[in-house]
Amino acid sequence: MRRAFGSLALVALAAGAWEAYKALAPDDGVSVMGVRVMPRADDQAMPHLWTVLARLGEPELRGGAPIWEVLLSACLTTLGIVAVGLVVGVVVGGLLAVLMQRSGFAERGLLPYVVLSQTVPLVALAPAIAGWGGAIMPQWATVSVIAAYLAFFPVAVGLLRGLQSPPPEAVELMDAYSAGWWATLVKLRLPASLPFLFPALKLAGAAAVVGAVVGEISTGTRGGIGRLVIEYSREATTDPAKVYTAMLGAALLGLAVTGLLTLGQRLAARGVTP
Amino acid sequence: MIELSGVTKVFNAGKAAEVTAIASAELSVAAGEFVSLIGPSGCGKSTLLRLIADLVPPTTGTVTVAGKPAARARKDRSYGMVFQKAGLFDWRTVQRNVELPLELRGLGKAERRQRAAAMLDLVGLGDFAGHYPAQLSGGMQQRVSIARALADGPPLLLMDEPFGALDEMTRERLQGELLRICAETGTTVVFVTHSIDEAVFLSGRVAVMSARPGRITEIVPVALGARTEDVRQSPEFFAAVTEVRRALRAPAVPAPAEHK
Repeated sequence: MRRAFGSLALVALAAGAWEAYKALAPDDGVSVMGVRVMPRADDQAMPHLWTVLARLGEPELRGGAPIWEVLLSACLTTLGIVAVGLVVGVVVGGLLAVLMQRSGFAERGLLPYVVLSQTVPLVALAPAIAGWGGAIMPQWATVSVIAAYLAFFPVAVGLLRGLQSPPPEAVELMDAYSAGWWATLVKLRLPASLPFLFPALKLAGAAAVVGAVVGEISTGTRGGIGRLVIEYSREATTDPAKVYTAMLGAALLGLAVTGLLTLGQRLAARGVTP
Repeated sequence: MIELSGVTKVFNAGKAAEVTAIASAELSVAAGEFVSLIGPSGCGKSTLLRLIADLVPPTTGTVTVAGKPAARARKDRSYGMVFQKAGLFDWRTVQRNVELPLELRGLGKAERRQRAAAMLDLVGLGDFAGHYPAQLSGGMQQRVSIARALADGPPLLLMDEPFGALDEMTRERLQGELLRICAETGTTVVFVTHSIDEAVFLSGRVAVMSARPGRITEIVPVALGARTEDVRQSPEFFAAVTEVRRALRAPAVPAPAEHK
């Protein structure tokens, strides 16, 4: 309850700051020696928040469906792509973590590449994945692959730390019972890794949303929220509020994914902890 | 129950960081005996316990436990182990912690529950089956750890400074409890400690070790009769404590002496 209130207060604060800046700053922003150091505050660069909210209720195109409907259906499309990407990412990241825990050789060999994988610029990688994958899977699936590419990383690293978290005496105890690798994994390492896995899953969820949005844009996939951000930004000069509605949608999608994962965590933790 | 002959343990053999943890250990423990290993830190007493437990292999020599090679004994779950840290799984209730070894052996749920309940009664924690480890004091956690070690009904209990992290009063109470439990179950115990009082109060024999290289220098027999709390004030108790202290201070002799 208090947390919900705090979150709302933060949103109100951000909205107040937006409007305050818009009211106080000069329309053309602030420039020092010809370099603009503060953004423009005119209606085109920073539409009033109520204009953006009102725009949600108006049709996307003349006579079309209202924007909120279009955004909702786009968000659901992207949510599907995110879900597939997240599942694939979690499975791949999980398997990598288990493999790296199992063998120090695998850890030393793989971990640098796992880290390296995240330094490849996504905008360079996305068209390549779309190009290779396009031949064997539908376009939306290539976007899921891009989402999975970002999502597997926090799971692999977080779960590996979690699997390595049991103290030596707990591992020795399992050895003393001559418990095999599998029994030790299931009875000791996996349960011990949950406090590391849940935050990693949230990071993975957020990464999957970013991956899906960027993936949609760079592969030109239609129907999702990423595509709408690009489409609407082309109309930014004539309809500045419209692009902000798309950004709002993308932000809410991220919130929804993180919220769903938190809910899942609560359900999973019920009955496991005191 | 336990037979160590010519056992040595060298870590990092052949490398620059070579350490001789155990230089030739001979020890024989009969069934039902309570033997303590005592010595300065770094004397290899924990290593010696791990050699018996087959958690580390000896460099030379043979370790026989319950009439079998140590590796076989570990596979047969011939011993239970208690560490200084209770090492309970904090996501499991007390009951489910005690059930762990039974689960690993593939026992059914009903039998597990029954055995675990009996073990918790044995250590006096019958009312705490549904608690989580974090809700228990250190002494209670260590009792759970003992119940877990005994749940499988092993003939041997290996304990590595199990009361080392507890306060003096809890420690003395648990020592009494441990002797009662061992008497009731007929369990043989090898007990690592760095407390002379503890070793003397608990043991029939105290194996005194010296460091660098780790070896058993002397085995001090302790004849105290019934171990009630009054024993701690008896002249025999002090005499035995003095004897162990003398053995600990004695310069290491080349060959381990044993007198029974």
